[in-house]
Amino acid sequence: MKKRVLSLGLAAVMAFSMTACSSGTSEETEAAGNEAAAEGGEEGGEAAEGATFKIGGIGPLTGSAAAYGQAVQNGMELAIKEINEAGGINGYQIEYNYQDDENDPEKAVNAYNTLKDWGMQMLLGTVTSKPCIAVGAEAEADNMFLLTPSGSAVACIAGDNAFRVCFSDPDQGRASAQYIGEHGLATKIGIIYDSSSEYSDGIRESFVTEAANQGLEIVSSEAFTADSNTDFSVQLDKAKENGAELVFLPIYYQEASVILKQASDKDFAPIFFGCDGMDGILSVENFDTSLAEGLMLLTPFSVDEEGSQDFVAAYEEAYGIEPLQFAAGAYDGMYAIKAAAEQAGVTPDMDVSEMCEAMKGGMTQIEMDGLTGAGMTWNEAGEPNKAPKAVKIVNGVYEMQE
Amino acid sequence: MMSFLSYFINGVSLGSVYAIIALGYTMVYGIAKMLNFAHGDIIMVGGFTVFTIVSTMGGSPVAGVLASIVVCTVLGVTIEKVAYRPLRDASPLAVLITAIGVSYLLQNVALLIFGSNARQFTSVVTLPPLKLAGGELSISSVTIVTILSCIVIMIALTLFINRTKVGQAMLAVSEDRGAATLMGINVNGTIAVTFAIGSALAAVAGVLLCSAYPSLTPYTGSMPGIKAFVAAVFGGIGSIPGAMIGGILLGIIENLAKAYISSQLSDAIVFSVLILVLLVRPTGILGRKISEKV
Repeated sequence: MKKRVLSLGLAAVMAFSMTACSSGTSEETEAAGNEAAAEGGEEGGEAAEGATFKIGGIGPLTGSAAAYGQAVQNGMELAIKEINEAGGINGYQIEYNYQDDENDPEKAVNAYNTLKDWGMQMLLGTVTSKPCIAVGAEAEADNMFLLTPSGSAVACIAGDNAFRVCFSDPDQGRASAQYIGEHGLATKIGIIYDSSSEYSDGIRESFVTEAANQGLEIVSSEAFTADSNTDFSVQLDKAKENGAELVFLPIYYQEASVILKQASDKDFAPIFFGCDGMDGILSVENFDTSLAEGLMLLTPFSVDEEGSQDFVAAYEEAYGIEPLQFAAGAYDGMYAIKAAAEQAGVTPDMDVSEMCEAMKGGMTQIEMDGLTGAGMTWNEAGEPNKAPKAVKIVNGVYEMQE
Repeated sequence: MMSFLSYFINGVSLGSVYAIIALGYTMVYGIAKMLNFAHGDIIMVGGFTVFTIVSTMGGSPVAGVLASIVVCTVLGVTIEKVAYRPLRDASPLAVLITAIGVSYLLQNVALLIFGSNARQFTSVVTLPPLKLAGGELSISSVTIVTILSCIVIMIALTLFINRTKVGQAMLAVSEDRGAATLMGINVNGTIAVTFAIGSALAAVAGVLLCSAYPSLTPYTGSMPGIKAFVAAVFGGIGSIPGAMIGGILLGIIENLAKAYISSQLSDAIVFSVLILVLLVRPTGILGRKISEKV
């Protein structure tokens, strides 16, 4: 009898552990979806005189990457409001609808289908890499124009219908190593990365390659996975023991906040250096922001720089917080869509595929001065061309670096 | 050498948390003969209770810990009464599925109340780290408190079971429930006490877990819960020293595997060791030999 219960239990534990990690709140998603749909509907009511552009957005509004998704939604909303007030795209107003994907590929595909039912003609999304790859495959099959503000994995824009505003992972890794090398920040580097995330692994790979060219020595390179992302003591000990002067964290802000806490408990204080996923760390609930003091990150946007002041002021007035670079990326993305649509003379009566073909041509012809880079251009593969910037957290705010 | 010691001590600390959780699993299994899969989620409830009292309402950490023990105990006894007691004579499978259901219920209620955004947990232990060997070896105070709590809890629990009437009643119910009833032992009451103790332990585990690894989400308890269940099986489910040894060994193996073999494969290594141990000793390290009754 005992044996039977036990074997049953072991079988159950396997099934349980497989589902435990992926379970989420469908109710919340639906609620958020309905809200977004209602918002979209209202906007539609105002602009219902003529035909309108229907632009969809997808990103995590809840869950561990919620800060990104919310920032993108706000940035997109702000840009659309401005564009509509200034007369729209080619004289047509824009309607939008933003859906939550909880940073989950399956939910992102569901959100994409919901948006298609709503009548989406172009997609500004998705926000995070894994969902973006899943949605990208669907969008390619539909030949739907896709512009991701922040999906940085190489595969996010695998289809020729897809473009992005942010840097790709290899570009971020390369640029990080170059920045560290050229500014002589450190020579002994430790890396802690998430081996279960394309984003993290992709940046690490190109970072390691470029580090060799820069004469940087990688003294420890330790992984964690989504299932074991709370205990970083071994990874930190290894970096400390091998004398790392700088720890490179190509990961999302959530885990980074735990790493900073555990490092301070261990009295380990190297320079911590992150990429765009680190953006948002100051907004973690109950996080002691003094732990992030001195943290550096590579980001294409800073609230302090000249040229972003109007955007920052408008954003703060509308949402009460400082914009992340994700918001700036989404804002730029919306203006890139406008510029490309005007370049190619796109109108709302075109069908989805026809519009996509026109937009593809438009995107490669435009040159745009945006918040996340001056003179941004796009190549046919969908990659942007712009220069990265580094910021350092000083007294709880971002400070631009040379 | 210093680094080995550091990995080892961190492993003992992680293992101590597993051990405290595993004690809850093993007591409930030993006495009620059921696997309480909601145990991991009671840990999460304990964590959120402390978070709400200390970080949101600004109460003292001691009040937070006491409140979380009370909340978890009441929750554990309630779950037992509402969800498990009516199924006392049902098949083990039905009880198991109910337990999984309770686990999802707790997770989703927590999601509704707190949302899925992770929170940084403020450690309830605020002492400075202990420095040995001229500062080369730094042991955080949470680690020391965790290991000490684990030892105290195990001694107290062993004394409780062997020296008190209620403890003896638990042993009797675990030996033979029918005979215990005939001898005038209140079986339902005894099982309720077992759940109360198990859930109070879960609250303590929750506080220690979140203090050492300060990230709190509605899913915080599920992975440690599963690992602790493995630890309980590893040590011999039903045995209190077994849960302790299983938990600490699991923590040490996990950390050393991470440090010296591969940080990516550590979970795979932990579970492979479990399979090996169970092949050699099917009842776990300290498990009693089972003779099938005919």
